[in-house]
Amino acid sequence: MTSIQHSGGPGGQVEEMNGFQNPGLPEHKPRITDSSPAAERLAERQIAAWFIVSMIGTIWFIVAYFLFPVGDSGALVRIHTAGVGLGATVALAGLGIGIVLWAKNLIPDAEVVEDRHDIAGSEEDQAIALEILNQAKDESGIARRSLIRNTLIAAVAIAPLPAILVFRDLGPLPGDKLFTTLWGEGVKLCKDIGMIPEENQIEPIRASDVTIGSVFHVIPENIRDSGHPLDEKAKAAVLLMRIDPSELNTDPDREDWGVDGIVAYSKVCTHVGCPVALYEHQTHHLLCPCHQSTFDVTNHCKVIFGPAKRPLPQLPITVDSEGYLVAQSDFREPVGPTFWEINTRETNA
Amino acid sequence: MKLLAARRRHPMALVVLLLVGLLLTGGAYSLFTGSTTASADEYSAADVEAGQKLFVTNCATCHGLNAEGSENGPSLIGVGAAAVDFQVSTGRMPLQMHGPQAQVKQAQFSEEEIAQMAGYVASLGPGPAVPDEEWLDTAEGDAAAGGGLFRTNCAMCHNVVGSGGALTRGKYAPNLTEVSEKHLYEAMQTGPQNMPIFNDANLSPEEKRDIITYVREVSETPSAGGFKLGSLGPVAEGLFIWFFGLAGVVGITMWLTARSK
Repeated sequence: MTSIQHSGGPGGQVEEMNGFQNPGLPEHKPRITDSSPAAERLAERQIAAWFIVSMIGTIWFIVAYFLFPVGDSGALVRIHTAGVGLGATVALAGLGIGIVLWAKNLIPDAEVVEDRHDIAGSEEDQAIALEILNQAKDESGIARRSLIRNTLIAAVAIAPLPAILVFRDLGPLPGDKLFTTLWGEGVKLCKDIGMIPEENQIEPIRASDVTIGSVFHVIPENIRDSGHPLDEKAKAAVLLMRIDPSELNTDPDREDWGVDGIVAYSKVCTHVGCPVALYEHQTHHLLCPCHQSTFDVTNHCKVIFGPAKRPLPQLPITVDSEGYLVAQSDFREPVGPTFWEINTRETNA
Repeated sequence: MKLLAARRRHPMALVVLLLVGLLLTGGAYSLFTGSTTASADEYSAADVEAGQKLFVTNCATCHGLNAEGSENGPSLIGVGAAAVDFQVSTGRMPLQMHGPQAQVKQAQFSEEEIAQMAGYVASLGPGPAVPDEEWLDTAEGDAAAGGGLFRTNCAMCHNVVGSGGALTRGKYAPNLTEVSEKHLYEAMQTGPQNMPIFNDANLSPEEKRDIITYVREVSETPSAGGFKLGSLGPVAEGLFIWFFGLAGVVGITMWLTARSK
């Protein structure tokens, strides 16, 4: 089935296919190594040289491994990695380059056309296959024994059912989780110290601590009470800012949601849930680092740029008798990325 | 007491009483607001006077003759000596030209002149003072605690190892690796440009020192993994691999398929 054709150049056969002339293969040009024995010997030595380079690389890897032990400092790790990395690179590159040069310069480079065989088998083969199938049908009795056949079909049909249970385990459905956070009436706003705080590290924030231009990263006082503080923090994280009240355009419905220019908004972007925390205290813009959604704090965190579609939910806050900032209730709408069922129920606020 | 009682109706009595009252409240205020808020006490009257002269000739065009602010620049009353020291000694002020953000350049004044201007601005109203050496000593700081605070409060703008990042409309959070301890502290304290203010209630002086220690630690630790590409994360790394990595792959492919001569 395989035929070797050296294209005959312009004199070769010119076929016409679909209105295009098949130009055929270009003329075969012999390489220097095909005609000059000296060039062939040189190429041979070059290839061998690359293999020797590869060997040097392997040996260098072993030497470098012992020469530059991994020490305690980052600098030592870096020298070690660079040393053995150089060895591995040279070892593999030398092998690769040698093999490619071998193929390009010494192995015969004649063009080969390998015709496709017919898709259908020969009539003989087809007859044999049919005979095998018929024999199997007769011997198994699948046409006659309908009880076996039907129970087999039923068994196969219900076999995928357990998969439904397995996929169900990907759940359970989130239930109320997307609608509620740890915030609630009287929960104190506390400083986020970058980790889940120990009992003695919980620091409530006083209204007087939040000076104009300040930004506080906030977690709820009861963060330790939940079984999964990190999961809860991911929903309850809040950004607290104080802005000159004259610069705020407060919605009449939300008149009492802030304290003297102190406002609290969810830190979770309504686009895909990144922490929106890049606060510019002169422009009062909040920027999300993932997709550049920009929220205007002076207008209840309305989206002014980017892919987010919903303002950041505001946490209604007030001051307790000791001067600490506390939440009036939970968020009045779900925090984080918008989801299909977002309008299907009220939050528990 | 008789003497006092006799003079209680003196025309000057009200003035004296007012003065005593003001001094007491002012003194109590500076006592309670702690060591990092300074009045003009640290600066001599001569400093303040020299500072005022420098201010009028170099800053008043934008900030107003009495630092009350104008359309072109904010009021400096109550920004404190720390703000002046930060803005002027990093060269951000005087502003070279209006733009999205003041640029760092060669400082335009000597340390003495900067201190004089700081004294003048501090005399206008209480504000954060230039920090004590105590809070800049990274040998005393806790880099691990500072790392947690940095990642919560700073990393979103300044990048997790402080190499800076972009903000909106041409503004940016600068790289922190070359910034001095004092300027790091002052920036947190005063919130220059669009950076929010982190007062002592938010980040105590100890916590600020921890953060500075963390920034020093990560900027001085050599990279174990080779080139950092500016520690900018996926943008710089992506650019490198798309430009050089992909170009390399294309080059190798061309070499593989090229006919040998």
